Amino acid sequence: MTELKYIGKETPRPDGPDKAAGRAHYIHDLSRPGMLYGKVKFSEHAHARILRIDTSKAERLPGVQAVITAENTPEVRIGFIRDNFALKKGKVRQFRDEIAAVAAIDADIAAEAIDLIEVEYEALPGVFTTEEALADDAPLVHEIDPRGRPRNDNRLPLRFHHESGDLEAGRAAAKHIASGDFSTPVIQQSCMGTAGCIAEFDLNQQLTIWAKTQIPFLAQRDFNQALADMGLAGKNARVIVSALGGAFGSGLDTHAYEFISILLAHRTGKPVKIVYNRDEEFAYLSPRQSSQVSITQGCDDEGQLTFREIQVWQDNGAYTSWGATFPTVMMLPATSLYRVPNIFFDAKLVYTNNTYCQAMRGYGNPELAWALESNLDDLAEAAGIDPFELRLRNCNQPGETTPMGLKVTTCGLKECLQTVADKIAWPQKRSQGKRRGVGMASLFHVGGGGRIYRSDGTGMILKLDDFGNVNVYFGGVEMGQGMYSALSLAVAEALGVKPEKIFINPTDTGTCPWDVGTHASRGAFMACNAAIAASKKVRARIFERARALFANEAKKNLKKLHKKNPDFKAADFDVEAEARNGEFELQDGFVFLPAAPDESWLRVDLSQLLRAIHFREQGEMITAEAFYDPPNELPDWEKGYGNMSATYTWGTQGVEVEVDTETGEVKILHLVAAHDVGKVLNPQTLKGQTYGALAQGIGYALYEEVLSEQGRILNPNFRDYKIPTVAEMNFPIDLEFIETNDPEGPFGAKGIGEPGLVPTAPAIANAIYNAIGVRIHDLPITPEKILAALKNK
Amino acid sequence: MKIDLSFTLNGSPINTSVAVDRRLVDLLRDELDLTGTKIGCEEGECGACTVLVDGQAVNSCLFPAPEVDGKHVITIEGLGESDNRLSELQQAFVDQGGIQCGFCSPGMILSARALLNENPNPSQDEIREALGGNLCRCTGYVQIVDSIQTAAARENSDD
Repeated sequence: MTELKYIGKETPRPDGPDKAAGRAHYIHDLSRPGMLYGKVKFSEHAHARILRIDTSKAERLPGVQAVITAENTPEVRIGFIRDNFALKKGKVRQFRDEIAAVAAIDADIAAEAIDLIEVEYEALPGVFTTEEALADDAPLVHEIDPRGRPRNDNRLPLRFHHESGDLEAGRAAAKHIASGDFSTPVIQQSCMGTAGCIAEFDLNQQLTIWAKTQIPFLAQRDFNQALADMGLAGKNARVIVSALGGAFGSGLDTHAYEFISILLAHRTGKPVKIVYNRDEEFAYLSPRQSSQVSITQGCDDEGQLTFREIQVWQDNGAYTSWGATFPTVMMLPATSLYRVPNIFFDAKLVYTNNTYCQAMRGYGNPELAWALESNLDDLAEAAGIDPFELRLRNCNQPGETTPMGLKVTTCGLKECLQTVADKIAWPQKRSQGKRRGVGMASLFHVGGGGRIYRSDGTGMILKLDDFGNVNVYFGGVEMGQGMYSALSLAVAEALGVKPEKIFINPTDTGTCPWDVGTHASRGAFMACNAAIAASKKVRARIFERARALFANEAKKNLKKLHKKNPDFKAADFDVEAEARNGEFELQDGFVFLPAAPDESWLRVDLSQLLRAIHFREQGEMITAEAFYDPPNELPDWEKGYGNMSATYTWGTQGVEVEVDTETGEVKILHLVAAHDVGKVLNPQTLKGQTYGALAQGIGYALYEEVLSEQGRILNPNFRDYKIPTVAEMNFPIDLEFIETNDPEGPFGAKGIGEPGLVPTAPAIANAIYNAIGVRIHDLPITPEKILAALKNK
Repeated sequence: MKIDLSFTLNGSPINTSVAVDRRLVDLLRDELDLTGTKIGCEEGECGACTVLVDGQAVNSCLFPAPEVDGKHVITIEGLGESDNRLSELQQAFVDQGGIQCGFCSPGMILSARALLNENPNPSQDEIREALGGNLCRCTGYVQIVDSIQTAAARENSDD
């Protein structure tokens, strides 16, 4: 690649103007002719038998067009291991279980009808902690597994395990050891735009669903399975994604409300819209999973890590989402952040009668980083080594293969550590006293896709038209992160046209090629790589056709020039001969010969050449398709081995805090985030994405927790569930992007969507320890926990 | 029960009727098809539904629709220039990266508009105070504050 014209330049995002004008259309803003409003009746118990459901009053309410339950609809199984149902039959296993649903001519009538549905329950004892769930006499959340076989306990049939080296030898070699139990809470993705969908059947029984999803093609597969369950085998679900008001992982599963919309739309023959309000979003949509992590690490006198032992317990809630596979991502830092020769990692998941959880940004990584990086500071203290120094001594290196078999191509961790130390004024600020302190923590994450499914691929179609426009068809999802920005710059750069000629079409399984989903920080990495591959094909075909057509178009240009200016003297140049060589260049929307790049008549507008290719006998249109599937492996999760990503991303964050020991309040004074991003694609969107991740990291560290009691969520609103406001985000932030130019990255770039929030919480906790000498083990770090820890010090 | 209303919406007089229990956000979104005003929480906590009523930023999810009678209401649809261009304030949000998913943007921009109308040259702290009721989950607010500072500077240089 020669000099980059668009990549790396500060560029406003293409979807910005419509969003600033209030003209982006989210699911809340869409309607269809004849559309009905759906509403779900949720369980009032965490664990109970359903004795009777009486829907007669709801059915009689004028304006109600359908009332459905599991009794009067086909069984539609959903979920990652198909242990969940669109509508529940026989018993409920969590407070949010969907029992019935209505479709009505307006939202008020639908809500009124829901209140008229009477349900009689027989309450059952529930299990609400992993300990309760694992007790010998624990009530079973599921009596049978998805295949109908009896179950004996509440453990999930999922196993995530890794052992490498010789743990006992590593323990024996350790001169210093630190152990700790750490926990993270359930938190809510808190998208500003809540969840919702519209389902509509045509008279051929084909389904179109406008969904708030990050996985349109896996959703298509799930919905098609549901259609088969409904007796419509062979029919298709077309999934269209409207503007998303954030997603942050909440769109990585298909959800019961979507299947309920489908059932209601099919029952009524009309489009049915279900949109969650904020209370429903908090109480009935799956939040981020909690975690309990026990960790022990040891090092020798030089500070070299000799072993790491990690046991994870996970409260899965009542059903299983893709998010239950979050130990796959925990395993990455567990095995591969810093060089550790002897490792044990194991994660076990259990069913409880709590709300079932799903993915959120980072997908297990922040949970593990919390334990690992907090514990590392404890180890540094035990060894009498500065925590920055300890990290440097164990720093990963380019070219290494980690114990999990992860192949490190590029690694900017050392630069990240050093940059943070410099910017945060380490070590001066380590000993400033006055209840102020600094801390740091690092991260390791997938940066080149993340193979958790058979295909980690993405397709790209570029369709050029007679006006030189480039229509892009891509199956990934813009949810606010700025993918359209990265993608339009990548196409412009790789193809040689101006960004304003790039049009990214809405994500639609009916028009776009397959993509596994916008997750694992893979969006820009995948999209841009696929765009480069498709652009190469487009250029090759245009240049091939230009051999025969270019000279004629150039001569037309010359004719026009002569008409304007009869004295114009063209340089002596055999354009036919040069064109026949087939050596062309395309830049800024002009095709030219490298031998004469500046001769104006020899610069043929791309649209002119495209028309020449199109409008002739046996003409053709230029469209190219590419499918990029990165060079990575689907790991064996029971062995914990396999190169999951084509490249990996690194980062370090440093924080300076001041702690009020009277109130327990933590004030952030300064934050430095240094990230190995491979290559900056668009500084503006990269900074925005990182600032936003930091805010989520700070929320995770200090404020956020979904509180529940016996499975009932207690704070389902923004009054009682606090996300950072502009008041909390009021301190200097230094973002430092380390460019390591990864060979597999598009223009050298790595994925960076999730990493910004991964090490924030442990960096803050380590700074708090430095400031006041107390170690907090359980997120969030509330003033009450600080005061209690100070009291016990 | 419906009552008649006359008010000025984005500079144009409008006569309509509305059920007495409707909120301003319902009137705007459901009756007048102005979907730029977003519903984020319906209890005044998130600010996504912020509009201007007689120049003041209000949460339209808490504002009874009948109370706009005789008043001037500005929504995000009314901020742009007449020839399908963004206002300087909106353009600053685009230019400075103040927009990501865009769901909070209309409310954020109208809170900023109310501030700049009162105080054309706000300090960072004053900007932060004015945005205290507007939640954003994407941006960490940094580029939003930048956007408003840029807008203030541009608007002042026009004078």
